[in-house]
Amino acid sequence: MSFFVHTLQRDLLLAFRNRNDIVNPLAFFVIVIALFPLAVSPDASVLSTIAPGIIWVAALLATLLSMDGLFKNDFDDGTLEQVLVSPQSLVLLALGKVFSHWLMSGFLLALLSPLLAVMLFLPTQAILALVSSLLLGTPTLSLIGAIGAGLTVGLRKGGVLISLLVLPLYIPVLIFGAGAVQAGVMGMPIAGYLALLGAIMVFSLMFAPFAVAAALKLSIRN
Amino acid sequence: MLTVKDLSCERDDRVLFERLNFTLRAGEVLQIEGQNGSGKTSLLRILCGLSSSFEGDIFWQQDNVHEKPTVYLRQLLYVGHHAGIKASLTAEENLRWMQTLHPLLNRCSITYALKQVGLFGYEDVPCYALSAGQQRRVSLARLYLSAHPLWILDEPFTALDKKGVLEKELLIAQHVRGGGLCILTTHHDFDLPDIAVRRLNLDLLVTA
Repeated sequence: MSFFVHTLQRDLLLAFRNRNDIVNPLAFFVIVIALFPLAVSPDASVLSTIAPGIIWVAALLATLLSMDGLFKNDFDDGTLEQVLVSPQSLVLLALGKVFSHWLMSGFLLALLSPLLAVMLFLPTQAILALVSSLLLGTPTLSLIGAIGAGLTVGLRKGGVLISLLVLPLYIPVLIFGAGAVQAGVMGMPIAGYLALLGAIMVFSLMFAPFAVAAALKLSIRN
Repeated sequence: MLTVKDLSCERDDRVLFERLNFTLRAGEVLQIEGQNGSGKTSLLRILCGLSSSFEGDIFWQQDNVHEKPTVYLRQLLYVGHHAGIKASLTAEENLRWMQTLHPLLNRCSITYALKQVGLFGYEDVPCYALSAGQQRRVSLARLYLSAHPLWILDEPFTALDKKGVLEKELLIAQHVRGGGLCILTTHHDFDLPDIAVRRLNLDLLVTA
């Protein structure tokens, strides 16, 4: 377990040293959402109807954008193969890296989302639904994305392939995430949606790290 | 003791080596020789468990490596083509991470190891600001830290100056004299004082 903590510390330190990598998905998130009022309509009623979908799609794409680099750098400079020739567990490495990735993407996106919700005239009663659905849904996006990143890490151009591999698996999270916010807008209970998002997260938390470890072994040992 | 039995490797329909057999005992050095592309790196990666495109068996102290990988990996230090260091971390942070990976990197302090490779005073410099040779030194500093019985080194002397090479040769000699094993590839003229270096030429193996 201490290896998990060390991995997390190291990746957070690396993220702090390369701050661009953190800013990139956040900037993407903000810019995409800021363009909608200009392109669709600045009308409050129109924007508030489409806001849940826009914010969730933008969050999903922002996560996907940063997924490609998750293992790529470690693969290129040889630190990943050093983990493979060490007695440490790849599963804990995967878990540590995914958690750090989520802190730098999904978590920050969730913190940022109320601001963008106000910009899109999302009713105040839905903001809680938005933040909590993002907090419960984005870890799943990071976990599933990491499987794709692990499978494509050995390929020269894996970026597009990751999207093709993991986007279909993102759909349930998108549906329940945006659904929770819609329900929040209409003042309906959101507990059911959140429970489903939480269940999906727990399920992927249980299986994804093992799948990531297997994918990394496969990519390196071929 | 490392034993290799009937090891064969084929890449892209080309046989790199076939039915390779050897035993390396404590206190022995094995240098793998061969032209570029003869399979030196492939062989070392197979021995480290970094490649699965092979047939045959590898035994470490009578145990099949495939069955007890963690026991074997605990005893093994591998230095590959890639330096295995993070450019945005400092020399000290990189070595500390390596210690997290390998519990046996505990023979001396990080400061001492950095002093040995001539990087004293560079602890706090991020590795991207170091020269290629200095980055290699950071990577090789773990040889000073290492208490692993088995070293597998792939071209460890690239980018090192003559003095650096000499120091590493002495270090390998010291490691072997203390009962360690070492397998390495290098294009340098490699010889150790008072220690017989066993040589395995992969070119001769295929033609034979």
